[in-house]
Parts: sequence; structure tokens; C-alpha cells
Amino acid sequence: MTLQEKQQEIIDEFAIYDDWMDKYEYIIELGKSVPTLAPELKTQDRLIEGCQSNVWLATEIKDGKMHFSADSDAIITKGIIGLLIQVLNNESPEAVLKSDLFFISQIGLAEHLSPTRANGLLSMVKRMKTEALQSLAQ
Amino acid sequence: MEHSPFSVSDIRAQFPALRQKVYGKQLIYFDNGATSQKPQVVLDTLAQYYALENANIHRGVHYLSQQATSAYEAARRTIQKYIGANAPEEIIFTKGTTDSINLVAFSFGERLKPGDEILISAMEHHSNIVPWQLLCERKGCVLRVIPISKKGELDLTAFDQLLSERTKLLALTHISNTLGTINPVKELIAKAHQVGAKVLLDGAQSIQHLSIDVKDLNCDFYTFSGHKVFGPTGIGILYGKEALLDTMPPYQGGGDMISKVTFERSTYNTLPLKFEAGTPHIAGAIGLGSAISFLQSIDMKAAAAHELELTKYAQGILDTFEGLHIIGEAKNKTSVVSFTIDQMHPFDIGTLLDKQGIAVRTGHHCTQPLMDFYQIPGTVRASFAFYNTKEEIDTFVAALERSMQILGA
Repeated sequence: MTLQEKQQEIIDEFAIYDDWMDKYEYIIELGKSVPTLAPELKTQDRLIEGCQSNVWLATEIKDGKMHFSADSDAIITKGIIGLLIQVLNNESPEAVLKSDLFFISQIGLAEHLSPTRANGLLSMVKRMKTEALQSLAQ
Repeated sequence: MEHSPFSVSDIRAQFPALRQKVYGKQLIYFDNGATSQKPQVVLDTLAQYYALENANIHRGVHYLSQQATSAYEAARRTIQKYIGANAPEEIIFTKGTTDSINLVAFSFGERLKPGDEILISAMEHHSNIVPWQLLCERKGCVLRVIPISKKGELDLTAFDQLLSERTKLLALTHISNTLGTINPVKELIAKAHQVGAKVLLDGAQSIQHLSIDVKDLNCDFYTFSGHKVFGPTGIGILYGKEALLDTMPPYQGGGDMISKVTFERSTYNTLPLKFEAGTPHIAGAIGLGSAISFLQSIDMKAAAAHELELTKYAQGILDTFEGLHIIGEAKNKTSVVSFTIDQMHPFDIGTLLDKQGIAVRTGHHCTQPLMDFYQIPGTVRASFAFYNTKEEIDTFVAALERSMQILGA
């Protein structure tokens, strides 16, 4: 599946929810299903401190593809992390770097990636792209 | 001033923001500790000023400038009378509480010497911590902190021990924005004066709930923000005793604060303009005057009783929730209900409440040292104003239950 197709799949999944609470219930369920990051991976250098919630991001590159795992102390943040990882995992660094994550606004969650939200998600996406850039530079 | 009997529905009718729906739900606004909504009369005053009275103040010879000047100075007198200050010279227009505290830290702070002590408390907002830390760095002063109990009350024994001849300033919040605790400021002010210290009160959370009489409190400085007291953003007040303000050097230089300028030296204007450099927020000042006049039309004793009833009602229900902990259980507290819920992050609760039309605040409320004391990342904070109702609390409680079900399931 291409990065575009993966995003379209999420948009289609969300299309069935016309109630905000149902949508968030889905995100929360997703947040609960995202594997917890092992305590030894929750190091200071992987921590992205937000004003509202904290995020930890661990990145691996295997066979030219990026693999992200991430965690948050807030379950909604973690659910959105799950969506972002679903889209960006197993993509090349170039694709991650160039990715336009249009699905977030289409499913009505743009506020969570706004600079004012301060939940760590925007910084997490920035760090994912920075790590993609660093791997390209090596 | 005569006021009509206290009626929540009459008051609500004056606040357009409260009539709107968000996400298809009737808005319930419980974030009054952060900022209050604005009554129609304040909105009209602002519109009227910009539509018909707009002019720069104090030196214009023309009609509009005189109109604007007299409206600006009338607002100052309204505020002076409302808080019981002796003279309009004691009322300085600032950008807000933070700006007022910074003014004192820079200007009053000039007289401090290495080893002098500034006393604050463990429940201060960052705005009443950081300006003093900066001052301590500049002057080699020492910041001392009055500890609090788990209930969220000042440790008065520790206060007595911390207070000494070295204490030059006690900078204390009148009411905690996170806990709602009303501090026994009058008693502490008297004790501070006995050792020769001056006292600054952070009134950001008290002006909208209590009747303030600065003469009765006998504080040396009292600070508050317009936007938390039904007025515009970007305007606030520093009250200071005239004799004290008179001896303090200017904080910022510019227009309006000068008497005469030459390249050799400048002389400064008298109070209060000495501390109002540059074109001030004229509309904001007039709007704040209008907000204070609005407050004067309300029976504030009845309003405070209503707020207290809302707080007790909300706390009574929330107390029965398993795993819910109320943070801030002072005997004397105002309409702030801060809480945490086991295994649930405040951000998640706040987000789900928002989607049900309820505005609360989540996080550390700019009181990180206080969060460290309770060892929590933050709280959910519902803060009520006199326009809130028990019915709104019922809706909030149902929405909270639903949020907890979703998060806990």
C-alpha cells in the first residue's frame, strides 16, 4: 500500500463516525492496542515533552525502511500516535521526509497536530522527519 | 451603588458567549480561572470607543482626544474606588497581572541588596515565581518559599519562621488558581509589616470573587488582570501605595512617562503616568472600567454565596466518584475544583469533556512546583463564575461519567 492509500484507508474508517464521542472512543481503543514502549526505551533522549502530554519515540531503520514505536502518558495522544505509525511505518526515509499527513485534518483531528496544542504530537512528527533526514545524510 | 437582586438567569442573559453551541452541544464554560466571558456592556463600550471616541490621550488639544482622555481617567477612578484605593495616582494601568508583578520586580527590586529575601509560597503561579527568580539573579537576593499542607493551605508556622528582618518583600497569591485556596492575607500582611517587609498580593483570582478593599487589607501592592474580571485582555492593574510608588524608579521609558527630555538627562512624570510609558491600551482601560461598573451593579455577596454553593455541590458529587481525588481542600476556598482520576490522564478527560461541549482546563495551570509537590502531571480544573448553574454541573458530571467509562473500559 502506498502512503496515500494508507491514509485513505484511515479516512474511510473514520467516515462511519458522525459523532465526536464515537470517533474518540475509536481513537482510545486504538491507543490501548498500541504496544507500550519498554521502560528501558523510555529514555530522556527519546522523550518529547509537551505541555499537556508526553511522548516517547524510538526509531529503527531496517533494510532501508523506517520503523517507529512510540508511547504517551495520555491515551488519546497514544491513539493518534498509532495512526501516525500505521501510515509512516515501513516507509523509506525519503517517503517519511516528504510525507504530507493530510489524513489528520480530514478525520477532524488537525487540532492535535497544531502548534498550540502542545501534546507532543507535532514535535513527534518533526522528530520522525528529522531522523529520516539524518539517515539520508549518513 | 444600588443593585438589583441576584439572578443568575438575568446575569447569563448579558453574556453572548454563553449562548453558543460547540460541537452541536450547548457550551458549558467552566474555565473562568483562565479567563472570564464578557458581558454585552463591555463589548458595547469597546465598540463605541473604537467607533466614535478613538484618539490618543493626554496631549491632544482636539475634541476626540479630550473625550478619550476623560474616559481613560474616569476608568482609573472607577477602579480606584472599587478597590478602595486612596487616590487615582495609586492605580497604574498595565498589560495584566504578570506585567504588574514584573513592574514591581524591576522597579521596587532596584532597592534590594545581596542577601535580601523575597518570600513567596509553594502555590504561586509561575508569574509570581519567575520575576522574583530573575530579580534574585540580578541582585543576589534569596527566594524563600512558604510550604503548604496536602490540603493546600499555607504552613503558617513555617511562615513565622521564614519571616525575618532579611525579608524585604512578601509576594503572595490571594487565591490559588490551581487549588482555590483563599489565603489569610490580612494576618500575613500585618506580620510582614512588623519586620519591615512590603507585601504584594497577586489578585488575579480574587478580584472577581471577593470584595477587595486595599486599605483594609493594607497590602502595599495589589495586582490583577482585566480579562479574568469580565474585562478585555491585555489590560491589568497595579495598585501601589502612593508614598511607595513615588520612591520607585520608572520601569519603562517612553512617551507619557516623562516630564522633560534632553540628551543630557530626562525628568519623569508624576504618578500614575510615570509608570505608563507609551500609548496605553486605551480601549482596554475603558473596557475594564466598564467591567468594574458591571460588577458594581451585581450583589457581590450574593454572587460569592452562589459560587460557593456551586463549588460545594460539585465537590459533593465528585467526592463520591471512585478513584477521583480533589486537589485543594482548604477550609476557605473559592470556586475552583481541581481533581485527578486514577489511571486517567487529565489531557484525555479534558479532550472528551470538550467534545461534549464542556470547557475545563487541564495540565499544570502554570504551577509546576505545585504539581511536583502533589507528584501529579496535572489536574482537571473546573472553575466557576457567578453565571454558572447547578444544571450545568449536572451536565458536566454526566459528561465526566461518560468520559471515565470510555477511558476505563
